[in-house]
Amino acid sequence: MEYFLDLFLGGLTRGSIYALIALGYTMVYGIIELINFAHGEIYMIGAFIALIVASVLTMYGLNMISILLIASIVAVIYAAAYGLTIEKIAYKPLRKAPRLSPLISAIGMSILLQNYVGIAQTKDFIPFPNLIPEFAFLAPYKDTIRSSEFMILITTAIVMVFLTLLIKFTKIGKAMRATAQDKQMAMLVGIDINRVISFTFVLGSSTAAIGGVLIASHIGQINFYIGFIAGIKAFTAAVLGGIGSIPGAVLGSLVLGWTESFATGYISSDYEDVFAFSLLVLILIFKPEGLLGKSTTQKV
Amino acid sequence: MLRKKSFILFVLITVFTGLMFMGCSEDPATEAVQKKELEPIRIGIAGAHTGELASYGLPTVKACEIIANKLNAKCGIGGRKIELVIEDDECKPEKATNAASKLVGEGVHMVVGHICSGATKAALGIYKSSNIPLMSPSATNPPLTQSGDYPNFFRTIASDDAQARVEVEFAVKTLKLTKIAVIHDKGDYGKGLAEFAKFFLENEPAAEVVLFEGITPGAVDYSAIVQKIKHSGAEAVIYGGYHPEASRIVMTMRKNNMKTIFISDDGVKDDTFIKVAKEYAEGVYATGPKDTSTNPLTIEAIELHKQAYGKEPGAFFLNAYSAMLAYVNAIEKSCSTEYADVTAALRNEWVATPLGIIKFDSRGDAIGVGFSMYQVQNGNYVEVE
Amino acid sequence: METVVAGIKSSFKNIYTGVWDFINLLIARSLRPEELKRSTLTALWFMFLTFPILVIKVNTVDNVINWYWARVVYLGVTVYFVSFFWRYFLEVKEHGIKAALDADPVDTSIADGLTDNGQMGALSARLMANKKFKTALGISLCAFAVAFPFMFSMYQTNIMTNALMYIVLGLGLNIVVGLAGLLDLGYVAFYAVGAYCYALLNLHFGLGFWAVLPIGAVLGATCGLILGFPVLRLRGDYLAIVTLGFGEIIRLVLQNWNEFSHGPSGIANIPRPGFFGIDLSLKSSIIYMYFIMIGLCLLTIFVVNRLQHSRIGRAWVALREDEIACQAMGIDKTKIKLTAFALGATWAGMVGVVFAAKSTFINPESFTFMESAIILMIVVLGGMGTIVGVIIGAFMVILTPEYLRGIGEYRMLIFGATMVIMMVFRPQGIITSVRQKYKIMKDKT
Repeated sequence: MEYFLDLFLGGLTRGSIYALIALGYTMVYGIIELINFAHGEIYMIGAFIALIVASVLTMYGLNMISILLIASIVAVIYAAAYGLTIEKIAYKPLRKAPRLSPLISAIGMSILLQNYVGIAQTKDFIPFPNLIPEFAFLAPYKDTIRSSEFMILITTAIVMVFLTLLIKFTKIGKAMRATAQDKQMAMLVGIDINRVISFTFVLGSSTAAIGGVLIASHIGQINFYIGFIAGIKAFTAAVLGGIGSIPGAVLGSLVLGWTESFATGYISSDYEDVFAFSLLVLILIFKPEGLLGKSTTQKV
Repeated sequence: MLRKKSFILFVLITVFTGLMFMGCSEDPATEAVQKKELEPIRIGIAGAHTGELASYGLPTVKACEIIANKLNAKCGIGGRKIELVIEDDECKPEKATNAASKLVGEGVHMVVGHICSGATKAALGIYKSSNIPLMSPSATNPPLTQSGDYPNFFRTIASDDAQARVEVEFAVKTLKLTKIAVIHDKGDYGKGLAEFAKFFLENEPAAEVVLFEGITPGAVDYSAIVQKIKHSGAEAVIYGGYHPEASRIVMTMRKNNMKTIFISDDGVKDDTFIKVAKEYAEGVYATGPKDTSTNPLTIEAIELHKQAYGKEPGAFFLNAYSAMLAYVNAIEKSCSTEYADVTAALRNEWVATPLGIIKFDSRGDAIGVGFSMYQVQNGNYVEVE
Repeated sequence: METVVAGIKSSFKNIYTGVWDFINLLIARSLRPEELKRSTLTALWFMFLTFPILVIKVNTVDNVINWYWARVVYLGVTVYFVSFFWRYFLEVKEHGIKAALDADPVDTSIADGLTDNGQMGALSARLMANKKFKTALGISLCAFAVAFPFMFSMYQTNIMTNALMYIVLGLGLNIVVGLAGLLDLGYVAFYAVGAYCYALLNLHFGLGFWAVLPIGAVLGATCGLILGFPVLRLRGDYLAIVTLGFGEIIRLVLQNWNEFSHGPSGIANIPRPGFFGIDLSLKSSIIYMYFIMIGLCLLTIFVVNRLQHSRIGRAWVALREDEIACQAMGIDKTKIKLTAFALGATWAGMVGVVFAAKSTFINPESFTFMESAIILMIVVLGGMGTIVGVIIGAFMVILTPEYLRGIGEYRMLIFGATMVIMMVFRPQGIITSVRQKYKIMKDKT
């Protein structure tokens, strides 16, 4: 039973990690139906920026909490700026292009960003300082849950609730939903869809950067390639949960995390990804729109 | 329709003119023959110079450059300059065959490389049929030499099975452990090594393999496999793979208060491992080439590297340096760059290298190169007996 | 005779003045105050954007921080100039050259020619319409293809064979993605199936290359069907992710199931194709491989071309355009989708066999998701649904990184950038797919 609980918690952490990246994926997809392959790279860049800022600040001898705060804020600002710029360069001119063109552009962007960071910084793994302080109140339970895991869980929950509320109850949220439903119509009723799309990218990229800082702190090392692998998994999770749905992304991520964790624990980690993908295929066969996705009737 | 056709034509013309220029620009073999006396000795260097594994390949380039520059400053070997031809294979087999055929086309006499075992295997056939000797500083896959298929292959690093044997004997005989988990990264190197470790462990009556599993490199989290190791009751983990995953597993284990002993290979015996895992690295065992840091040649090689590049050399630097020295020695002793002469000299002539005094056996493994066990103590790898 | 010379002279003069005018207008455009302002702002923005990653290089291993201030200056200057051209070409793409230059160049055709739509277009179109020229072009292309391995080095032949392999792969994927509109991100799985099929059959039963080639094709098709069945209900990106998963599953099984596939260490010593039992030297076997691929390529082009214009091909296009209307027309959607998957996978299976024979060593690392992405890139970059497009796309995607070897680590960076630029300025691909028109001639009586 203890073993089961350990695996459950491990899966929960893993799922939350996926969720932090999947949220951005699902939002961008929801708005412009684009698999934004460069999203994983934004996560990686967020982590790198945080690392750079933290190292510089450590040199000036700031204390832990302020380093964490400043590094996260700078990372979020930069990630948002990158998201915005990428959208402007690689996707905006392609609004009217054939459906697959933006996808190729996204893959190109992903390769470009990976190599940009790899060349400008390093291609080796470099250690990432543990920016997350050890919480005193978690000390009695430190065999079960570590503070970095705790932070990831809490942040995922907060981000999910925040995004859901934002989309449900704010004006820009309404505009986002309208744009997602029908761009033409949204324009007709006076929504500046370019602004809405930019905003979505900013939002998604910021989430990825928060994820980058927390996950890199948790893992303890980064390199220029982490975004790609994490990105694919997060995308899988987003599809599993029903792409375009915020709670769906989180649920999908958790299901994926648990599947991998339990498959490793009770069967074999050799085939961990095989189980993950098989589950995906199975769920999509019986529920083609994903766990929480809305079943849309096909338009003629 | 008009535009489409014009575009086709335009692109076709560009592509083919481009190709022609590319093709015409290289014709080194005929040129070289005309000036026979001054023909340079062309040594190919192949390995991962870009991509994820670039850090394993680039030190080899540097090692060869250092020696080549040193010799060329004093009119090369017997008046013949050394010319390095560098090709990237990204450690991918399909790219390795391209790199190999390019090197063969450039007319190289011998090659230092490739870095990864898979790429080496893919490229070897091309060198073999062109009679070009290949010496790898880092490809440790046993069949490369043991299969006897590749008479043109040499290496300055011991093979994986030797390494696995050292690990298992250390765990069972020295540390007297009985329950061991064998974990690998599913890669060519890691899994091969883990399978040898498992094989040797099964032949040890005292020991038992309680877990044999592969992890996914680059996965976001390794807590599940760590829980499984804990659950299996293993006293030690023998890990086959590279340092990024190893440091994460060790860190996850230690953060979960597990004292399980961690034994690994020379993919982990890298200072980066200690610097990444910091205090968690303490006590980790890893096999690595025998300590040669007091060898004057080693000191010289590292000093030269520092002078040229201003920093400490990277992975497999000494192996590559030794490979290059072995080639130079073979050319000097045989006064030839012909395949038969060079390979014979490699097999028969002893040469002093940073790795010790070596020559090669009939299968291509270096005699005098072996492994010993190291442990992280106070932030450094220290050889243990 | 003299008139011809004079004509040529005057046309040269025209071209000269035309180009000169064009350059002047371009400079005039770039000197507009709002252009200068925008470029400056873009440059500043990019300097801000890349500042931390370019300038501050941290090394947390040794706890050293290096500052490279010069980098950001170079970048700023580059971006400043690039942004002029970026905006100019975007405007040309959207509103045409006249709007972009805000003037009508004296001889627009010159400027048009420079951006590919006037004189040069007309000239080549006239040439293409000429039957004689067409045959001449065809013959010279064939002659070039035949002479290629004898003219160039082994390395050139080798990478050309590679490019040919990707042409076939691209054409195969083109059936699934370009014609039937089913986004397949796991195409590499069938490629892997073909490669392992040859390697294993050869290892266990000693079957030769020519015997396995059709087996590989059939096995590829079978796997296409196996993948096709469960995903019949899925559309668009759900299909994409499931195919991606399928590709990964195949790779992971090959990686983990040692007894079956020899695991990650792969299978070595796969024989090259036999040539009537004669032992070929390395050079001749590379040339032989090249010609096998030329043959396979021609076969593929022929078959795909015939398929495109067949009943099935029309049905695929209908399926791509509108699934429901397609069903309403009485097309059996299930059957059509499955044939698309199977026929697409056939080629991958065959090329897989060739790949194993060519590289003589295979391991699961060659069949990663990136490989699928590259094949997809070929199809989209070249122009979906067109054969010539796929051929050009394959040459670009496979040969560019090879020829860029000289610039080492910047290679992939430039490759990525090229993809983005290509898509932004030519989103429909290099070759635009033209809808087939069928003319019904009236009987002249």
